[in-house]
Amino acid sequence: MPKSALRKWLVGGPPLAYLLFFFAAPLLIMVVASFRSPGDFGGLAPLLLHDDSGTQLNLTTEAYERFFSDFLYTGLFLKSFGYAALATLLCLAAGYPLALLVARSPRKYRDILVLLVILPFWSNFLIRVYAWMMLLGPQSFVSAALNGLLGLAGLEPVSLLYTPTAVVVTLVYVHLPFMVLPLYANLEKHDPALLDAAQDLGAGAWQRFWRVTFPLSLPGVYAGAALVFIPAVGIFAIPDLLGGTSGIMIGNVIKQQFLDTRDWPFGAALSLMLMLSALALAALAARFGRGALR
Amino acid sequence: MPLLELRGVTRRFGDFVAVDNVSLQIEQGEFFTLLGPSGCGKTTLLRMIAGFDAPDGGAILFDGHDLLGVPPEKRNLHTVFQSYALFPHMSVAQNIAFPLRMAGAAPEAIRQRTAAALEQVRLPGMGARFPAELSGGQRQRVAVARALINRPRLLLLDEPLAALDAKLRESMQAELIGLQREVGVTFVYVTHDQSEALALSHRIAVMNRGRVEQLGAPAAIYAFPRNRFVADFIGECNLLPAELRAMAAGDIRLEVRGVGEVHATHGEQLGAGARGVLALRPEQVQISSDRLPEDSRNAFGGIVEQLLYRGDVTVYTIALAGGARIQALLPNAGGARAAGFPVGASIQVGWRADAGHFLPD
Amino acid sequence: MRRSPWLWCAGIAAYVFLYAPLVLVVVYSFNDSRLNAQWVGFTFAWYGKLFQNEQMLLAARNSLLIALAVSVVSTALGTMAGFSLHRHRPRLLPALVLATIAIPEILMAVSLLIFFVLLNITLGMVSIVLAHITFCVGFVALVVRARLAGMDESLTEAACDLGATPAQAFRWVTLPLIMPGIVAGALMAFTLSLDDFVITFFTAGVGSSTLPLQIYTMVKIAVTPEVNAISTLLMLLTLTLILIATRLSPSVLRTDTSR
Repeated sequence: MPKSALRKWLVGGPPLAYLLFFFAAPLLIMVVASFRSPGDFGGLAPLLLHDDSGTQLNLTTEAYERFFSDFLYTGLFLKSFGYAALATLLCLAAGYPLALLVARSPRKYRDILVLLVILPFWSNFLIRVYAWMMLLGPQSFVSAALNGLLGLAGLEPVSLLYTPTAVVVTLVYVHLPFMVLPLYANLEKHDPALLDAAQDLGAGAWQRFWRVTFPLSLPGVYAGAALVFIPAVGIFAIPDLLGGTSGIMIGNVIKQQFLDTRDWPFGAALSLMLMLSALALAALAARFGRGALR
Repeated sequence: MPLLELRGVTRRFGDFVAVDNVSLQIEQGEFFTLLGPSGCGKTTLLRMIAGFDAPDGGAILFDGHDLLGVPPEKRNLHTVFQSYALFPHMSVAQNIAFPLRMAGAAPEAIRQRTAAALEQVRLPGMGARFPAELSGGQRQRVAVARALINRPRLLLLDEPLAALDAKLRESMQAELIGLQREVGVTFVYVTHDQSEALALSHRIAVMNRGRVEQLGAPAAIYAFPRNRFVADFIGECNLLPAELRAMAAGDIRLEVRGVGEVHATHGEQLGAGARGVLALRPEQVQISSDRLPEDSRNAFGGIVEQLLYRGDVTVYTIALAGGARIQALLPNAGGARAAGFPVGASIQVGWRADAGHFLPD
Repeated sequence: MRRSPWLWCAGIAAYVFLYAPLVLVVVYSFNDSRLNAQWVGFTFAWYGKLFQNEQMLLAARNSLLIALAVSVVSTALGTMAGFSLHRHRPRLLPALVLATIAIPEILMAVSLLIFFVLLNITLGMVSIVLAHITFCVGFVALVVRARLAGMDESLTEAACDLGATPAQAFRWVTLPLIMPGIVAGALMAFTLSLDDFVITFFTAGVGSSTLPLQIYTMVKIAVTPEVNAISTLLMLLTLTLILIATRLSPSVLRTDTSR
């Protein structure tokens, strides 16, 4: 029936067109840009070169050669992955008890508890980073306490700010709600009768957790891990503000290439590598995490 | 001309045939029921009549016009949904008035007719309430009022009483019958409850696996089931494997396994040796401690194995001398300790020749 | 269900972990000292300074205007998308919507930068609005779709059965029932736009500044409790909006997981 087909296009068409034009197309252009040459004043060199022999495409794999030739960049990728992975594990350690607590609370309190978990996420991202700058700064009580302890042990005082530690801690802080929510969504669907049955058959508290609850929650774990890891890898504001020189991540280099050095093809190449790794991880997570969503 | 005609209607979902070449004619003013177990295709059929689904084959004609391609809003027939589908954000009056508003009726006419509709379903003055405040039975009545207000020729009802408890269901059944007679609208009713179908309908189409097994008036279907499925689905029935011995005018002789030689009067024309079942309704089986009434053409001895007391009747499970088990239903009439037969009692069991039917395989 | 004492401890510790830093920011916005080191005394001075800061006020104005424009457009597009996702089950749209939400922000930011420059679109308020809409549409779509999924399908069928055309059914039955979801989506889009940093950072160009960008500059260059003050105000605004949104449509809480 043509009338309903028209309706489908009228309703779904505009958002589809918008996203294709402003989301998909720019990403494709970015892929192409990674194969172009840098312009004379930064940016991109023209795509088409006109000379006596005709018009030809000005493409090169310069950017990728540079990426693979200098271990600096690969190393940076690995470091970023490392920080993100560490942050993910810490999020899991901190977030799992929280999700479990909320999931096992009486029904009428659950929504409020979930709301309380998610509310910090809605405050400005920079504010949350800034808060940690305050907490880890040399004059904060956290630093004072830590250095006091170190002093007692006869060790040198350390600076918490502008270190990889600061980066990882802030990554955990910023992404914690993303780990808690899928976990909670999964855990709240667990049938309490399963645990009762396990206890009835002789399982102790830890065993009940490790052999019943945790395995059942794995799809939620994978989903949460993906929601933390994938954005975390590409983050640049956190290392930029409190990473110092030692806590740099791949996001910083990308920002540098685009806004400071203005070597856009190289920045695009780095972005593409980031995108591919994110896609690969998302595919993995989708495969394992299917049970958590919905 | 029938009001609604289905000609060879078929509907497939992949490999699964939901409705298999169904042909029916429904007359103006009748209470017609589609009866069958879940998955038999009755709801699919109803949705196709309403317009929410289209048949893969065959045609649906309403008043002689083919409904193919006609969207639900243009069909002059309405549905009462199983969940009632009352609009939660509208009051009862607004719900009932909805069809009139969609048709563009004048506000004064809407007001009058809505009030009249509320009276008709015995909910006067409830117009300002909201569906959430009503009981199940009240919501059901609002749904019916809403579907009838602009006087459709045909009303489709999809198991409307399924969500109500037993007592309420009975009183609603009586109301529905009364309403249908009063308004004169043709009802096409879908249910899996066979006693409900028997109580409400002028005619029943018994469906199974997408096909119509038998079509007829309730009494005819009950007394003369055409095949094993219908015999088993409608009411209770003893189904005993049997073989046809001889067939003569008005008299059929069967060899029933575990029973013996049985006389029956109904059955199709078949040759000797045909296999099938003897269908015998429990209420047709008589029990006595010594002698049975004269017209019990079939009589056998047996022992009471089990009994189920149901208040108004008792169902006996009897082990016959030949080995078979049959059920007999006896009313608990007479005095408080009226003739009951205790477990283990030796009794005589009998039934008339025309009580049993032979249904071939 | 059982919740052992250590579970309580770990859970409460997590909540403290979540809120303590934010509480600190708020508290120190009233600190009568330039340094965020020790508590000296209570003052509103920093708030006063904020309102005299021309740059800050301009950035605030920009942020609000952008958020308003973004909210309107992305709610419209997002509602259509949510409807399409639920009713028509298209192939491409769900993937795109999911991608806008799951992708690392920097990728969207960078690709949009290249895009705008190549198309010769000047970087400024317009480019920011267009960029924000791109990632807000997806969120609104998911909220609307969740709301539609929670709605009883037979209601729209009943409407059509009783004589409503699809347009009438939408107007009188579907729309009123999903309206809370749409409003929640609009508030969410407003908040996301107001708070956005990364994408704005890349697509703002030289002339325009938004509140997050302003905060970034202040934090990088010279930290004063003014930052605490503006942070507190911003937090107050966004949290209020989100609380209203969750009242209207609990599915706002589930957007990350209800795919």
